[in-house]
Order: sequence, then structure tokens, then C-alpha cells
Amino acid sequence: MLNTTDKYHITSVLNLRILQTIKIRSIIIQKMIQTDILIIGAGPTGLFTVFEAGLLKLKCHILDALPQPGGQLTELYPKKPIFDIPGFPEVLAGDLVDNLMEQIKQFQPGFTLGERAETIDKQEDGTFIVTSDKGTQIHANSVAIAGGLGSFEPRKPLLENLNFYEDKGIEYFIKDPEKFRNKRVVIAGGGDSALDWSIFLSNVASEVTLVHRRNEFRGALDSVEKVQELKDLGKIRLITPAEVVGLKGTEHLEGIVLDENGAQRTIETDYLIPLFGLTPKLGPIANWGLEIEKNAIKVDNSLDYQTNIPGIYAIGDVNTYPGKLKLILCGFHEATLMCQSVYQRMNPGKKYVLKYTTVSGIDGFDGTRKEAEKAVVKAIN
Amino acid sequence: MAQDVKITIIDREGVSHEVEAPTDMNMNIMELVRAYELAPEGTIGICGGMAMCASCQCYVLNDVALPEKSDDEEAMLSEAFNVKENSRLGCQLHITEDLEGLKLELAPE
Repeated sequence: MLNTTDKYHITSVLNLRILQTIKIRSIIIQKMIQTDILIIGAGPTGLFTVFEAGLLKLKCHILDALPQPGGQLTELYPKKPIFDIPGFPEVLAGDLVDNLMEQIKQFQPGFTLGERAETIDKQEDGTFIVTSDKGTQIHANSVAIAGGLGSFEPRKPLLENLNFYEDKGIEYFIKDPEKFRNKRVVIAGGGDSALDWSIFLSNVASEVTLVHRRNEFRGALDSVEKVQELKDLGKIRLITPAEVVGLKGTEHLEGIVLDENGAQRTIETDYLIPLFGLTPKLGPIANWGLEIEKNAIKVDNSLDYQTNIPGIYAIGDVNTYPGKLKLILCGFHEATLMCQSVYQRMNPGKKYVLKYTTVSGIDGFDGTRKEAEKAVVKAIN
Repeated sequence: MAQDVKITIIDREGVSHEVEAPTDMNMNIMELVRAYELAPEGTIGICGGMAMCASCQCYVLNDVALPEKSDDEEAMLSEAFNVKENSRLGCQLHITEDLEGLKLELAPE
């Protein structure tokens, strides 16, 4: 049996521990990236969110698995024209991304690129901590998932023991080219990435071999010509038409088996970089407890594009609701309404009316101000 | 009024569907599959129909005359997986009256 003093003592120790835990937790949280809205996905919808949030003085941070902003527009079709952006009879996808980056820059969004959102933890105060696959932590009042079709992951060739050699000679992304210095590298693929990295690594690696199933490459003309030139100089070994059909090595990749029109041979290499494009996967977000329907996140479109978890919104191609259309222009609309909802969530009861940029101008977080020129009032004599 | 054509599509589960395909809406086979929801959203037509992802790859099962492959289609199929002699990209097959009776099977994801 404990007497009252002991009980009191234990309670105070517990309280002290709780207090210490809270203090430690708050220090940890303070060290994280702090923002009002964490936007997952740097596609057009995610980028435009920064603008609408900025008008409401809400700060944004953007997390994306790709190393550059723009999402599908940059990754898949930067040179393709888009014809259904209001006010732009025709705009190249890459230019639209550049314009959006220009439009949002005064709101100074933070960017964490090349990292995928992995886990989300709801805090007692209703805020969220999102952790990336690299361990970056972002503490946000609200989370806007603008993930399009999901995070882009490499399309992996169908090869036996592929998993075993991943990170032991097989690389799908080139994050640090120095890794390949004075090594033998085989690149497989026939698109721009395969061409561009072959060119780049020809100055780094001891030997670069480019393998493709056809003699024709689908890439920018100057890249194709450059590879031709480097091949003629003996700096790139080109093997076409050929396909990688096997992997060899005990601890680490030591060689690959090539099939050339039915004839097989093994060539020695330290690395194989398969560049067969990227495919989007909803990924870890699918396990966040969000209601998913048809590979998309269900939201309340009658109100604010909030998911079944208050404070988590889904906008753009990643969401679904009755009548949903996967269009950039719909994503812009959804982002705008969502920001109003986050404002209410962060400032309950605080009055606000929609303002027009034509009238009010834009006050950037960087101290800049954009506004319409004042009309000149001058007498006519 | 333009005639609909009948096209048979075997989905990835092996189930055969005979569907009516409009010829006057500038649609292609990938869009037809999506319209009839014969493959889950997000698993077909990922690039939107630009011959850039091969998620709409299908195998042509009967002898219906089809247009030649474009360079783009050839290039994409050369990088895709599970490619066979009779592989085509659904997004590059525009639905016209010539496609009446076509039978296809969706390639694995």
C-alpha cells in the first residue's frame, strides 16, 4: 500500500516526466520544418495552392518525390502544348510550370524535392507531422495532398533476382554521379534519360555502355547526335538492338546477360542503370487511413475538398467525388476553395471576405508588393 | 448518325466484354476501356494518351486491319514490358468503323 505522500511523490514525478516529454517534444517539433500548409505534390495544382494560400497569408511547404517541380508536366510532357488552360489558347506544359513558379515566388514556398511522403502523425492539437522516406519531418497545420496519380517510381525491368541487386549495382536514379567515377556502367533504355545520362557519365565512368532494344532512340535530336558523336569517339559503347535478360554476380553486380537477336552473351559491369521511365503509384499515402475509391482519395466536394480526416485535404487528379474531372483547371479551383477552408480552420471565427487581386494587389512574404497602377486624376483645361 | 462498332475486350482478370464503341467522339481504345471501367482508374491511360507510358498496351487477337504503328508507338513499345508480336497501344488505336469486330486483350499492368 502506498501512503498519501508516496502517491503525491509518484504523481509529481509523473507530471515532471510528462512536462519533460512535452518540452522535449516541443523542441523536436521546433527543429522541424514549420508551415501552415504542407502540400504533397509539386504539380500545377500543388504550385497554384501556394498562390491562393499566400493571398490568405498562409505559408506553404511543398514535398515531392521528383527532383524538380512540375509533376507530370515536367516529367512526362514538358514540350507538349496544353489547350484548355483558361486564358492561354496554347501553352507548353513546361512553360506553364515556369509561369506558376514565377506566380508563387513572392510567397516564398519551401521545397523538399526528391523525397516521398511516407508517414503522417496527427498531433493532439490537430496539426500533423509528415515524415519523408529520407527522414525529413514537416510540421503543418493542414496537409494538402496534390499528388496527381501518385509518386513517380521507376519502371523496373522483369529480371530474375532484380531485388537482390538493387543498391548492389542496380540504380534507378542517379543522385550522385561521383558514385560511378572510374566504374563500368551499363545504361538500358531508349529515351531522353538514357541518352542524357550516357552523355554525362561518359566523362565520369571508366566505361559507358548504352543498351536499347532498337536502333532508334526517342529523345531530343541534339542528344541523339551527341551520343552518335561519343560513340564514334569510342567514349560510349552502343549495343543495339539488344536487351538485358540476366544479371550476374555473387555479392554485387558483376555482369549482365544480353540478348542480341536471340544470341546471348555476358558483359562485365559494375553498375546497371535501367531507365525505362517512371510509373506513378499512390504509395504510402494509401495507408494513411484515408478513404480510397478507384485509386483516388474521396473528398467532400460540396464544401472544401477535405478527406475523411479533418485537416487533410486532397486536390487535383489525386481526389475523387461525383462528377470528378481530372483537369488542371479543376485542380486550380479545388486548391482555391481548400485554402479558404484552411484559413477558417486556423483562424476560427476570424472574419474575412474574398478580395480581388485587381483591387487589393498582392503583398508577398518577401516584402514585395504588386498592385494596379493608380488612375491619374488630372484636370482637362 | 455515325454507327457504333462492337469491340471485344478481355480485361486483366480474363473476363471478356463485348462493348459498343462510338465512332463519332474521337475516342480511342484506351478511352473506351476507361469509359466502360474495364481496368481500375490509375492503371490505364496514365500519360493521358500520348504513347508515353504503355499502360494501355493490349494484344490484338483477331485479324482486323489496323493502322500502322507510328514512330511514337514503336518507340514506346520498344521500352515496354510483356511486349508480344501482336502488342499495340490502345491510346493509338482510334475508333473508326474499320474496327468493327476487333478483339483485344489488355496486357498485364
